[in-house]
Amino acid sequence: MEFFVVSVIKALVVAAVLMTTLAYLQWVERKVIAHIQARLGPSRVGPHGLLQPLADVIKLFTKEDLLPPYVNKFFYLLAPFLAVTMALLSISVIPFGSEVTIFGHTTWMQLADLNVGVLFILAVGSLGVYGIALAGWASNNKYSLLGGLRSSAQLISYELPLSLAVAAPLLLANTLSLRQIVEAQGGFYFGFLPRWHIFQGPMPQIFSFIIFMIAGFAETNRVPFDLPEAETELVAGFHTEYSSMKFAAFFMAEYANMVTAASMTTTLFLGGWQPLFPVELGSNFVAPALFAFVGAICLYHGLHPARRLDRITLPVFAVIFFLIAAVLLVPTVVSIFMPVFWFAAKTGFLLFVWIWIRGTLPRFRYDQLMGFAWKVLFPASVVNLLATGLMVALFS
Amino acid sequence: MDVILFLAFAAIAVVCAVSLVVQTHPISSALSLIGVMGSLAVLYLLLGAEFIAMAQVIVYAGAIMVLFVFVIMLLNAGAESKKGRSLAVQLVGVPGFFGLLALLAYSILRLFPNAKMVRFGGFTGGTAKNVGQALFTRYLLPFEVTSVLILIAIIGAIVLASKEMD
Repeated sequence: MEFFVVSVIKALVVAAVLMTTLAYLQWVERKVIAHIQARLGPSRVGPHGLLQPLADVIKLFTKEDLLPPYVNKFFYLLAPFLAVTMALLSISVIPFGSEVTIFGHTTWMQLADLNVGVLFILAVGSLGVYGIALAGWASNNKYSLLGGLRSSAQLISYELPLSLAVAAPLLLANTLSLRQIVEAQGGFYFGFLPRWHIFQGPMPQIFSFIIFMIAGFAETNRVPFDLPEAETELVAGFHTEYSSMKFAAFFMAEYANMVTAASMTTTLFLGGWQPLFPVELGSNFVAPALFAFVGAICLYHGLHPARRLDRITLPVFAVIFFLIAAVLLVPTVVSIFMPVFWFAAKTGFLLFVWIWIRGTLPRFRYDQLMGFAWKVLFPASVVNLLATGLMVALFS
Repeated sequence: MDVILFLAFAAIAVVCAVSLVVQTHPISSALSLIGVMGSLAVLYLLLGAEFIAMAQVIVYAGAIMVLFVFVIMLLNAGAESKKGRSLAVQLVGVPGFFGLLALLAYSILRLFPNAKMVRFGGFTGGTAKNVGQALFTRYLLPFEVTSVLILIAIIGAIVLASKEMD
């Protein structure tokens, strides 16, 4: 019974945090892209456009839900549901932090630790393509169909290098359970270099990391591999005919896939919730220092206000940030939140890279995309896997 | 709990299998087949073979069936028209089908009289480690021979495809 209650609470917390992250990831993306392109981005709804995601959700909920004629109704309605389910499912095996004790209950900061966790994520990811393929096919629209076809071909092709890139760090970790993979990356070389898989001997997994990132961009249909929804050629690709909440479901699935890919990269290569440098060198003070720094910036701008309102609002925010920084110094809070902070910091940085690349690179041509997967990425991942296997066999 | 899950997913598998045959549109049939694969994976999981279950989903549902769906979408195959069936088929077909099933079940019972009932949770050798060790020690030769067979098939496919191009 206790297991059941704890699981329900954990699932609710993870769902709430994930949904908020997805909504605000879109705000972050619009802001970052805007600043890369020397624009301001969303700025009307709330301060700095902070309430923009809320406004978008209300807009999507209240829009007319069109059902175009001549669509295959069953599959047309099934597709967004499939896409979003498969996208949200894989977060359930990601470990966010270490073992914690809250109110006398000891539990792991993870929904489920499967001993085939890595395979589970690959399996769920490979089922995600049906949502897109069916959406393209059922819409009865040539642009949608082209988008769906492109997407299926792309996902099948990039799944191979992705799986091979995943296999190499598994050789080092010697397990398929994501919790144990993170635990295998604990500790430090020479007292400061973390034993993450991208640094770990006998074969640092830096090439797998790069291959995994590239294939991850393709699997999440992101620039420079966003051919399935290339606006200039295909209107909007597979979700051209979708409106209202069904469109929102695809949108959410895309961002959820991004979060999953980033957290998988963190877990497999960047040590999951393990800190960047040892506690003895003060890694527990990074989070409070960051919050205190943000608070100091708020305070400074509150004392030199650009608008009259800032004189009141910014100091209030500064006090809130200082309070958070102070709370993060309490020992019990440190033991619970530091692993989560490191996990979130790494995943957040990777998500920023995702957005950064979108602001930087143009889209590939379709034959380049396929040629790159089969002629460059696939051989490279095979060579990397063989080299890793050889090194592991020789030196450990 | 295990028995309830078994009954539920066995029922889903059978319903999907029937729908696979009955559906007139290729895409519906393909998706029914995915339903069969998925529920089979859950049955493997119930029996304690988690590696096989995941491999089932990744390989069959995630790769092979995606190719099926891809080809069906690419060829834009339409729904096939239902032809009228003869009276003899309708009258004899259903009883004949159940008769065949009964015959199969009976002969299996006669062939393996000492077979024990399957217990859920009784089998624990289904982890990735167990499967890997079995493949690379006890079944090394069949494993390698199968790999070479698949390699030959791949090379053959490439040769045939490049012939078409000329």
